[in-house]
Amino acid sequence: MGLIGEIALQFCQMALVVILAPAVVGLVRKMKARLQRRIGPPVLQPYRDLRRLFGKEVVLPENASWLFRVAPYAIFALTWVAVALVPTFRTGLLFSWCGDLIAIVALLGAARFLQALVALDTGTSFGGIGSSREVMIASLAEPAMIMVVFTVALAAGSSQLSTVADFMAHVGGLRVSFAMALVALIIVALAENARIPVDNPATHLELTMIHEAMLLEYSGRHLAMIEWATALKLLLYISVIGCIFFPFGLITTGGGGPLAYVLAIAAYLFKVIVASLLLASLETAIAKMRVFRVPNLTGIALMLGLLGTLLLFVSGGL
Amino acid sequence: MALLLSCVAGDLILSVLAVILSGWRYATPIVYGGTLVISAILSGIALFAVAQSPMSITLPLGLPWLGAHFRLDALAAAFLLIVNFGGAGVSLYALGYGRHEPEPGRVLPFYPVFLAAMNLVVIAADAYSFLLAWELMSLASWALVIARHRTNGNLRAGYIYLLMASAGTFALLFCFGLLAGAQGNYAFAAIRAHHLAPSLTGLALALALIGAGSKAGLVPFHVWLPLAHPAAPSHVSALMSGVMTKVAIYAFIRIVFDLMGPPQWWWSVAPLLLGGATAALGVLYALMETDIKRILAYSTIENVGIIFIAIGLALAFKASGLAGAAALALTAALFHVLNHMLFKSVLFFGAGTLIVSTGTRDIEKLGGLINRLPYSSAAVLAASIAISALPPFNGFASEWLVFQSILVSPQLPQMGLKLIVPGVGVLLALAAALAAACFVRAFGITYLGRPRTPAAAAAREVDRWSLAAMLGLAALCLFVGLFPGLAIDWLQPVASAMVSGRMPPQSSIAWLSIVPVSASRSSYNGLLLFGFMVAAATIAAAMVHRFASRAVRIAPFWDCGYPNLGPQVQYSATSLSQPIRRVFGSVTFGAHETVDMPAPEDPRPAKLVRTIRDPVWDFLYAPIAVFIDRAAGLLNHIQFLTIRVYLAMVFVALVALLTVLALWG
Repeated sequence: MGLIGEIALQFCQMALVVILAPAVVGLVRKMKARLQRRIGPPVLQPYRDLRRLFGKEVVLPENASWLFRVAPYAIFALTWVAVALVPTFRTGLLFSWCGDLIAIVALLGAARFLQALVALDTGTSFGGIGSSREVMIASLAEPAMIMVVFTVALAAGSSQLSTVADFMAHVGGLRVSFAMALVALIIVALAENARIPVDNPATHLELTMIHEAMLLEYSGRHLAMIEWATALKLLLYISVIGCIFFPFGLITTGGGGPLAYVLAIAAYLFKVIVASLLLASLETAIAKMRVFRVPNLTGIALMLGLLGTLLLFVSGGL
Repeated sequence: MALLLSCVAGDLILSVLAVILSGWRYATPIVYGGTLVISAILSGIALFAVAQSPMSITLPLGLPWLGAHFRLDALAAAFLLIVNFGGAGVSLYALGYGRHEPEPGRVLPFYPVFLAAMNLVVIAADAYSFLLAWELMSLASWALVIARHRTNGNLRAGYIYLLMASAGTFALLFCFGLLAGAQGNYAFAAIRAHHLAPSLTGLALALALIGAGSKAGLVPFHVWLPLAHPAAPSHVSALMSGVMTKVAIYAFIRIVFDLMGPPQWWWSVAPLLLGGATAALGVLYALMETDIKRILAYSTIENVGIIFIAIGLALAFKASGLAGAAALALTAALFHVLNHMLFKSVLFFGAGTLIVSTGTRDIEKLGGLINRLPYSSAAVLAASIAISALPPFNGFASEWLVFQSILVSPQLPQMGLKLIVPGVGVLLALAAALAAACFVRAFGITYLGRPRTPAAAAAREVDRWSLAAMLGLAALCLFVGLFPGLAIDWLQPVASAMVSGRMPPQSSIAWLSIVPVSASRSSYNGLLLFGFMVAAATIAAAMVHRFASRAVRIAPFWDCGYPNLGPQVQYSATSLSQPIRRVFGSVTFGAHETVDMPAPEDPRPAKLVRTIRDPVWDFLYAPIAVFIDRAAGLLNHIQFLTIRVYLAMVFVALVALLTVLALWG
């Protein structure tokens, strides 16, 4: 396939994730509602919300600086680039080598850095509370994520996500280390996406809130960009878990015909739906933790990640 | 070489000139302008000297029969660039900042000496010149630390600095003594040829760690650093943090990689563990502080830890004959040295502008400065992102290389190291995440939100020289982050000289990516990622502005419907780090809070007291102080003996020394 085709595929990947992301949020909400015997909003409701938000005027707080206005676009762009590097339906996309898993983690870190900063920009106490808790949770979740990266990268001999996915699809196999890494990655995903048990994405104005507290002063198109970025981040973690631990259906290097692409995208959609269902049932089944219990949870993720890495050496045959 | 030495002499002449001129109003621009020119020339020399064959010169100074040896090889040239590029940036900044100095006569004479001494340390090629320059560097910086001796606590900072610096120099002195052997030829060439008995290498390594580590700020020898760096004027703080700690790292690399001969694998354990502890503890200390310069000083300690982790990895790889991996780790260390010089200078410059424009270093009293100091806040924001190791800035590129060298560690044959390295990796990842938290806090509380005091509300942007230095270095942070391959390739001669291996030549890789080992293992392309981000943000912004409502209304902030309660309701630096203090600080520092809440109708104000104990002071230095006190008390008796007893003591000491010599020789 020529360069044009590769560029087109990369573009498809970027378009696919950005279009799909709000649907995932809608899907999780719908399933949660059904599990709680409510009807719930339609799956496509997040798109309507976004459209509504885009149509509204922006209410800027008086002392907001330029950073407050620039940050939503930057956060959106950082998250979008990060998710564009994750293989969804095919590994080895044109630009997949320009950042490995560590770079993806760092891109998300940069988005969070900006988010936590602009929460302080308005000079309100709620922004501060969100920012403060966000950095506390991230300070353990991010190292845990790095340890998961170590585990899979050491096994696959590369931190490049495409190579890792290729390795898992062809060589892989069952290992205790991978199981530990998977559990750690799920905990990290819950913490990073502000899901139950760490944070509740459905509430405002509770003293327990983290992520939503940082957005309180945002409105209109700025809020829409951040909401969209949040949805992208959720899709990113689902895609990462999918391509590392459940790489079936992925087109690996070499490519295939049009039918293969249809099947691969179908497999990807299937994975996303299953992940949403699992997330919805998890969020329905368990309660939110107290804020200062969260470090225990993320600490467990960190330890699991480290144990996974160390077990690789002990179990031999690296 | 002659040009190099005359530049250094020029610095020394400038300092004499500064003594003569002090009091004249043009003294400040002359001295800083002069050092700026000299440092710029020296950076130019260093830039080209890396790839060339070593040059050396011997001057008839110093010890008889030894002379003063100077040599400019790849390693020296790399650090010569760090010293002088940092020096040039600081001089440029000081052209503006120096005007606010209340007593320039206390700063100007020592500043060029400090620069000259650091240059001499880097190019010295015998132990005598090295230690002489090292002491000169310590003394000049000590004089600068106590330049403002009337400010509370600065004299104590200077005292502790002097103590630690002397102890460190002693350690280095003994280390060189061991390395030179009983015959005692102190030229580096002779030391290199002399092979140390294997039983003594551990001792030499420990002495090098104490000597160089105490100057670099390695935990637990770091206690002077957070006192001394903030006490100095801000441009000197930048020099001490960004450059002098790097000279100490130079000393460690020089001794361990160059002078000590082929390494053993267990040498790497101490740098790895101490580096990991330093990285994590340094940033935790920083999160407990509210004085901006102390935050920055502790963050320097963190970065020194990261560099030592990379150096430890390089040692381990070199000992196991993995030349390529060793080159990767050493390049990562040197690259981080360069990057830290760039962004830490900007951050200290930013602290200086805060002091000039608001008169305080306490970030709890600031806020909202992004609207009042637009240019310096932009530079500090860029440097904060860079130091938090976030793409696309330079800090991420070098930390990424450190992570990649951890990922090749399974090739090491020693099981012990294989298990230690991932543990150190956890500490490194923890440090990186906490550094981001630390700079969210430092930048957010200082520059964002609403001004907490009238001084912060009245702040004005600073002069053009300072801004030029800050914005220039911040732009370089971005440039190096986008083209890290240039820096890596530039550092290759150093890696080949020290570990006789090299990374793949980065300039030959398509699309200006960097690859640590081979393209299939991993690669990173800062430029392309940045292009992606800009494109994505532009597309998003363009689409939004094309199709979405463009109406903007400025209104009071909402804050959940509460009326304006004044800027004191904002989160403060202390409250922002409260969760982290609770999670990490309670274990590490024994941090706890006591709340004194008066009963209803009691008009007493409520009080929240937090206490933090420094374990290093409590468990290491306090016992040493007690021991020295007791020993001094016991030795006091010696003062009142008869002359016969004194003569007997001299005799016994002589016999003991001769016995040692006979056994050792």
